Amino acid sequence: MENIAEYLKEERSQPWRDELRKSMKAKERTSLERIHMPEQDPEERSHNYLEVNLGLTEEQALVESHRCLDCPDPTCITGCPVGINIPKFIKKIEAKDYLGAAVVLKETNALPAVCGRVCPQEVQCEANCFYTVKLKKTPVAIGNLERFAADYERNSGKISVPEISEQNSIKVAVIGSGPAGLAASGDLAKFGYDVTVFEALHEIGGVLKYGIPEYRLPNEVIDVEIESLRKMGVKFRTNFVVGKTASVDDLRKEGFEAFFVGSGAGLPRFMGIPGENHIGIYSSNEYLTRINLMHAADPDYDTPILRGKTVAVIGGGNTAMDSVRTAKRMGAERAILVYRRSEKEMPARIEEVKHAKEEGIEFLTLHNPLEYFADEQGRVNRMKLQVMELGEPDASGRRRPVPVKGSEFDIDVDLVVVAIGVSPNPLIPHALPGLEMSKWGTIVVNKDTMQSSIPDLFAGGDIVRGGATVILAMGDGRKAAAGMHKYLQEKVKSR
Amino acid sequence: MNKIVEKEFFSENVCKFIIEAPDIAKSRKPGNFVIIRLDEKGERIPLTIASSDEGKGTITLVVQRVGVTTAKLLSMEAGENIHDVVGPLGKATHIENVGTVLCAGGGVGVAPLLPIVEGFKKAGNKVVTVLAARTKDLVILEEQMRAFSDEVIVMTDDGSYGKKGLVTAGMEEVIQREKVNLSVVIGPAIMMKFAALTTQKYNIPTIASLNTIMVDGTGMCGACRVSVGGKTRFVCIDGPEFDAHQVNFDEMLQRLGSYKKEEAEAYERYLKTVQ
Ligand SMILES: Cc1cc2nc3c(=O)[nH]c(=O)nc-3n(C[C@H](O)[C@H](O)[C@H](O)COP(=O)(O)OP(=O)(O)OC[C@H]3O[C@@H](n4cnc5c(N)ncnc54)[C@H](O)[C@@H]3O)c2cc1C
Ligand SMILES: Cc1cc2nc3c(=O)[nH]c(=O)nc-3n(C[C@H](O)[C@H](O)[C@H](O)COP(=O)(O)OP(=O)(O)OC[C@H]3O[C@@H](n4cnc5c(N)ncnc54)[C@H](O)[C@@H]3O)c2cc1C
Ligand code: SF4
Ligand code: FES
Repeated sequence: MENIAEYLKEERSQPWRDELRKSMKAKERTSLERIHMPEQDPEERSHNYLEVNLGLTEEQALVESHRCLDCPDPTCITGCPVGINIPKFIKKIEAKDYLGAAVVLKETNALPAVCGRVCPQEVQCEANCFYTVKLKKTPVAIGNLERFAADYERNSGKISVPEISEQNSIKVAVIGSGPAGLAASGDLAKFGYDVTVFEALHEIGGVLKYGIPEYRLPNEVIDVEIESLRKMGVKFRTNFVVGKTASVDDLRKEGFEAFFVGSGAGLPRFMGIPGENHIGIYSSNEYLTRINLMHAADPDYDTPILRGKTVAVIGGGNTAMDSVRTAKRMGAERAILVYRRSEKEMPARIEEVKHAKEEGIEFLTLHNPLEYFADEQGRVNRMKLQVMELGEPDASGRRRPVPVKGSEFDIDVDLVVVAIGVSPNPLIPHALPGLEMSKWGTIVVNKDTMQSSIPDLFAGGDIVRGGATVILAMGDGRKAAAGMHKYLQEKVKSR
Repeated sequence: MNKIVEKEFFSENVCKFIIEAPDIAKSRKPGNFVIIRLDEKGERIPLTIASSDEGKGTITLVVQRVGVTTAKLLSMEAGENIHDVVGPLGKATHIENVGTVLCAGGGVGVAPLLPIVEGFKKAGNKVVTVLAARTKDLVILEEQMRAFSDEVIVMTDDGSYGKKGLVTAGMEEVIQREKVNLSVVIGPAIMMKFAALTTQKYNIPTIASLNTIMVDGTGMCGACRVSVGGKTRFVCIDGPEFDAHQVNFDEMLQRLGSYKKEEAEAYERYLKTVQ
């Protein structure tokens, strides 16, 4: 930790940073208002799939970069799970060296254009910004600036491909191509390994592709990053389920010397209430996969999707929010979010809640479904709801919702999306007897190296954490790559 | 990309495909299936692996034309490529020596039954197979079944071949004649429902292989869910085989009809494009 503090100090004392700091008084900087991310008009966007946030203009980014005080003790960094050198990249923007800003981001974050869009900055870096903590003002728009620098680099066509150490021709396998797997493969390629990513689906990207909708994270953004990895020599094998198409043992025989498992938490949970298997009741994974991965909303594609006039989405996380906003875009007259706690307890990002409200999503908080009913064909047409109230705090520290007796009532619905969470994907654990698992079905690892109970197997992301975030998955991937590197170097030495 | 190396029609609407898929050919077991996507815009559909040739690196699929995707596949020729093939998926059939096994296949369910019949025979069981079809021309794989069965009984709805009657009549004939230790039934959901009711009367343990609608086939979406013994299970990872006496076939039948309207419209559109 001391090294990092020293490194930050050293970087901060470089002449160009000194000069920038002196170029404007702190008072002037703090008197600037936080810029607003330009957005598509709510009414218009609730009928299309185009990106809602339009990105900062260069002028806006410049103004915002001036707000950052380049603090001697940049507390924002402590809020970032991968420790991006935040003031440095923001000051690069202030110096109009946008490509340089992107390079700073990429020192620690493999996918800044993705994180700039989907990270919950309001509880991470921005929550720890000097403005928030000490000045009680709106924080520097760190996330928006991150996105600006990353987009600038992408649009410039001058994407920096990281330097790669000499190829060592040691074969390593990455299982799963979500953010954890992509981050791990990038670092492993940098270390000089011969990396192959195995992905069960026909597309690379994991949740970034099949889950998070186009209007929040365009596929193009991810594809550019995947292209960079290809340029670094990473090989991708889609339609390959490790544990089915070939076992880890088979891959060992093919010469793979170490494995990173980033297989995610893909298994949707249902509530187990009566009528939940009626036609027109989807898991959020199925609903979003049909639309995002299979393009079911586009008549040129073969995959069908059911549409509803009144759609109820059960849950309060990002997944629920994505589903309910998607339902609106699919033509629902009423798109209703049903959540058993109050809005304050919702795990979804504040920005998503705000966007959803602007788009006309109805919020039915402190309600919980009890049963679904169907017509003669088996299609859902009604649901029974119960009113809830908040009781004592539970293990998660949030107040536990308790049913209000005699409060049940029915509402008519013709489509339901259940978004109450996911469990870890059991395919890999089932295929690897001897792998130590937690009682929640996650892989147990050493927190520093991400090594599992099987020495040549490392893991990270949602398969280790249960449902978490993109940035945590990426951080794990990078940590695991470092752990694997150390393990393999020692193995090579002892040969 | 997986190349079609051979194509052969069994009947007007049922066709055998031999497809290059070396990894799958090596690892697949009886009961496993694949999910395929014909082209960039295609949907993902599950198909059982009927057999494989590890040496040649190929798998065999037997496909019945029922809608757009299967119709498109049946119009493809040897030499053409299928965009995506993933597998082998699902749990393999639990094969052991139990004594006498009664296998019953209806319609295109006969294809997935073939590797199971072969497996039980090779494990030393006596295997009696009942093949059912609407009419003579729709009876498929009879010869291959005979190679691995001690006896094959063919039933047709119209009596144009074999015996006249439903699959359940053929099954009852065997059950009343000899001790059956296990029954395996694969076919349309409605057939499996009645086959299961038949064996339940005689307390014969019975396995059904379910053909629910699927998307990913890796447990990620829940499209394939069914109720088994009152619990929700995912056919792609918990199955496709389940205790037939525990399966809620009525719910499964309804769920199979989820997209009836959409499928019919899509088929109309497809027919227009090929005419
Ligand atoms: C709808 C939705 C919205 C979200 N929104 C946000 C957000 O705004 N911000 C945020 O930070 N987080 C968000 N999250 C959470 C975030 O996406 C996840 O935490 C993150 O994607 C986890 O990354 P991962 O790499 O561990 O797994 P995943 O992204 O789940 O990727 C795992 C991949 O592994 C593949 N796989 C699984 N098993 C095998 C196997 N045996 N062989 C080969 N491949 C296999 C899967 O097919 C999948 O592609 C959201 C999640 C969802 C579902
Ligand atoms: C594990 C498994 C193994 C299968 N193995 C085979 C096989 O070896 N050979 C074969 O021909 N078919 C098999 N099927 C069924 C096959 O997947 C469907 O026939 C196919 O998806 C239909 O697609 P379509 O676009 O041609 O027809 P659609 O237009 O989608 O459907 C037309 C009709 O077929 C029914 N249908 C749709 N999807 C399915 C489905 N998944 N299963 C059964 N009926 C369906 C619909 O109810 C509808 O009435 C299997 C299904 C599963 C789940
Ligand atoms: S805490 Fe805020 S003001 Fe200080 S360096 Fe970080 S972003 Fe800039
Ligand atoms: S097909 Fe998606 S979970 Fe079974």
